[in-house]
Amino acid sequence: MEYVMQIMPALIAGTLMTLKIFFWTIILALPLGILVALGEMSKIKPIKWLVEFYVWIMRGTPLLLQLIFVFYGLPILHIVFPRYEAALFAFVLNYAAYFAEIFRGGLQSIHKGQFEAAQVLRLNRWQTMTKIIIPQVMKIVLPSIFNEVINLVKDSSLVYVIGLGDLLRAGNVAMARDVTLVPLVLVAAIYLILISVCAFAQKRIEKHFSYYK
Amino acid sequence: MLEVKNLSKAYNDRQILKDISFTLNDGDILTIVGPSGAGKTTLLRIIAGLETNDDGQILIDGKKYDSGKVGVVFQDFNLFPNLNVLENITLAPKLVLKKEKQEAEDDAMRLLTQLQMAGHEKQYPYQLSGGQKQRVAIARALAMQPKILCYDEPTSALDPNLRQEVEKMILGLKKTGLTQLIITHDLQFAKNVADQVLKVKPLNEG
Repeated sequence: MEYVMQIMPALIAGTLMTLKIFFWTIILALPLGILVALGEMSKIKPIKWLVEFYVWIMRGTPLLLQLIFVFYGLPILHIVFPRYEAALFAFVLNYAAYFAEIFRGGLQSIHKGQFEAAQVLRLNRWQTMTKIIIPQVMKIVLPSIFNEVINLVKDSSLVYVIGLGDLLRAGNVAMARDVTLVPLVLVAAIYLILISVCAFAQKRIEKHFSYYK
Repeated sequence: MLEVKNLSKAYNDRQILKDISFTLNDGDILTIVGPSGAGKTTLLRIIAGLETNDDGQILIDGKKYDSGKVGVVFQDFNLFPNLNVLENITLAPKLVLKKEKQEAEDDAMRLLTQLQMAGHEKQYPYQLSGGQKQRVAIARALAMQPKILCYDEPTSALDPNLRQEVEKMILGLKKTGLTQLIITHDLQFAKNVADQVLKVKPLNEG
């Protein structure tokens, strides 16, 4: 127990880094994902091609590679990010691509009749989107979005590769120094708590949307 | 009065409608009948403003056509599943006609009572039967005070034994002075309600 208390401060510091990356990625990648989804459905071909190329790259290469590329690769082109900003940049771009695909699927699953009903009632595009389409898309995409959110909690551990001190790295350091598995067990427990919180939030939000079918 | 003159429409060289003309007087019911593929729905979609015509004219009361004067009851109703019955009806009057919430709700309740749907205002579309959904769709369209109400196949999504109910409802609305245009493939139904029947035939066959 004494040992647990001794390494806890380091693990908590690591957890804070994990949470920071988690929160900022969500806050930035969700709106960006909506924009990218709209871009993918754009009638302007060059925008559509550009956005599709971006999604192709982001989904087609490992996130780990993207992290390394941003932090170690871009400085060769004289684009230098500090560690934390590099991690956020890579995570936001990567997750926005996945979110975009989810939003696109959600938007395309809305029946055309919903748009037509809104049109004959003379609602404008903004009113149609905010009152009718987006509330329905939200309900449809929730499970998939939360899947990605839960992945993100765990993926954030990849930042160790550019030397950021997140939760997993804190556990790793303690394990190597003290030659014991206890830190890893604690790290696993903390991840489980974080993800349980996400899963609980998912249940609550899905329940909120369950008032209609 | 709705006047349609020499209306034509083609999709990529395939002629769907050719020289369709008719006049619908205020308070009358016009049914448009014909087999599937005859362009009935396309005609309704043009009148509703969801498609453009290639040739011809649509006049309402002698003036150039304004789709805001036309209400539509879709074949599968297209109610908004995320809104309850009352919200479905009051959404557009509040946002488009800028009605106060209370006024919009009073109007909606009056329409629901008239259509024998009072008591269902807090329900969501998934909780309603097909016939009830149709009444809500009618109330939603009427809340926008259209000059003409159009129906796309009002009997086809319902049980056959509900046909008479629909006839009664449509004739009841006629008594309020509403002008109605109905697309259907059900000849008997068309004759029972119509002041005027327009037959359309598929073009380019054989």
